[in-house]
Amino acid sequence: MTQGLGSGSIPSGRRYLDLLMTALVGVAVLLALIPLVLIVADVIIQGAPAINLSFLTNSPTPVNIPGGGIGPAIEGTSVMVGIATLISVPIGVGAGIFFSEWPESRLSTISSFTNDVLAEFPSIVIGIFVYVLIVLATHSFSAIAGAIALSVIMVPIVARTTEESLKIVPNTLREASMALGISRWKTVIRIVISTGKNGLATGILLAVARAAGETAPLLLTALGSTFFLTGLFQPTAALPLLIYTYATSPYQVWHEQAWGAALILVAFMLVLNLTVKLVIGRKFSEMRAEI
Amino acid sequence: MSFRLKGDSLLKSTVAAAALAVVAMVIALGYEIYSGSGLSISRFGFSFLPGTVWDPVHEIFGALPFLYGTILTSILALLFGLPISLGVAIFLSEKAKGQKTFKYVIGTLVELLAAVPSVIYGLWGLFFLSPLLRQYVENPLHAYLGFVPLFSGTPFGLDFFTAGVILATMIIPTVSAVSRDILNAVPNSQREAMYSLGATNWEVIRRTVLPYARSGIFGATILGLGRAVGETMAVTMVIGNTPRITASLFSGGYTLSAVIANEFTEASSPLYLSALVEIGLVLFIVALTINVFARFLVWRLTRGTRMRV
Repeated sequence: MTQGLGSGSIPSGRRYLDLLMTALVGVAVLLALIPLVLIVADVIIQGAPAINLSFLTNSPTPVNIPGGGIGPAIEGTSVMVGIATLISVPIGVGAGIFFSEWPESRLSTISSFTNDVLAEFPSIVIGIFVYVLIVLATHSFSAIAGAIALSVIMVPIVARTTEESLKIVPNTLREASMALGISRWKTVIRIVISTGKNGLATGILLAVARAAGETAPLLLTALGSTFFLTGLFQPTAALPLLIYTYATSPYQVWHEQAWGAALILVAFMLVLNLTVKLVIGRKFSEMRAEI
Repeated sequence: MSFRLKGDSLLKSTVAAAALAVVAMVIALGYEIYSGSGLSISRFGFSFLPGTVWDPVHEIFGALPFLYGTILTSILALLFGLPISLGVAIFLSEKAKGQKTFKYVIGTLVELLAAVPSVIYGLWGLFFLSPLLRQYVENPLHAYLGFVPLFSGTPFGLDFFTAGVILATMIIPTVSAVSRDILNAVPNSQREAMYSLGATNWEVIRRTVLPYARSGIFGATILGLGRAVGETMAVTMVIGNTPRITASLFSGGYTLSAVIANEFTEASSPLYLSALVEIGLVLFIVALTINVFARFLVWRLTRGTRMRV
């Protein structure tokens, strides 16, 4: 950025300091990225040997019996994240529409601020909340309790991204639609939401990715299990719970399986995030750039 | 006409109900946790927070060792994480102008770091980072500076120090993303004025951009602090889980969130359970205070510009 000045006009001490700081900034970027590279590499190297079809479909076995798998954990995570999505998407999208289309309302300000705070809540606190609310009341750890805990985590993410993607829909579109005599609710649903739908999809996918990896709240609500589901009101297995339990166990065999399960989880996470970034996100940001 | 008005108010009240549900959820959350800790509050009162003994067998519960561990690990996280985050933010906002694709890739990678689940950090911390730190950082520090209380004790790898490093990695995406947005919100006229006076890039950053963004960066830091305070799984897996108050960074410890994760489902008596819920209440209040404060700082600065966390 010193173009036009001719770097010779700047005393060398200052120039060296500038170079030094640029180098330090570069080092900071490297230090920030090294963990990501190491984690992904480590998970692939240690996890890949464990993966095969029966590992993905079998039930866990006791330590001394080979052939244990993560089938119930995959099933439990899918079911709980699925139910949580069904609960959180209507609430999150609704709240997001309200924040974006009625920003002048006082409820909008309060709720939007609350939403931001909820998004940063320690997830374990949400686990305690659902434990007191559901587990104590039903006297059992369950898939339902786990799903409700996950939905509390998903709502603020969906609401925030919905708001953001609707806010960037130009007002001229709303005005044009209303000028044609189309009512406000139809304008919101047919014009605003359909224009911002990529952003909405982004938010939902990110929330699903986040929920699938959550461990702490499930520890207090779903508990974990080694069996496939036979109902929604019993302790339920989940992929992150299994990783935690196996990793902190003293057995080498379980450590290997924990890495295998971690590879599945990380792969799911990366695919979802990169899909959002590269496919939907790009269209989304192109749309933003056009505006 | 009346149909149209009905449709409008129906939509408005439906989505308003969803917005209300968000507020209701947070209120219910606070209430349930407060009522769940009632037994412990009435039994220990104000002696719960400064209490240093955590003895489930004799049902004596004090929160101080956990509070200490949470504060210590969060300070370590900021100490290690903040300089790196600021570097990343400066890079994304002030350096490599014109190299959009390169910066997009770096930005995406840093964001991906935020998408890695906490339990994966824990797994990696337990089997990779902890032995590495013990051998190459903790042992040398202990050998040469062992007389300093901070570095005393026998380095074991599962301790405050490792927890601090893991937490630092986990808060970097948050702090750098928010700081980048804050730096981007600094008006270009500020930079141009400095350049026209003949300043170097670093002088512009040091004397104009950073001072202008100071309170926003402070907000980003506090937001990172909130993350560190609430983080559970990764910390639980590397901190050693022993309720201890000691100056040594190489000693096993415990945090508020870790004790909940570890002991909640094993709590055998109503009082034990209630004490753990009260730990959750403490965590709730600390996290709420930190977040509201941080949001306020960041909101004030980026109002009008978009912010992504």
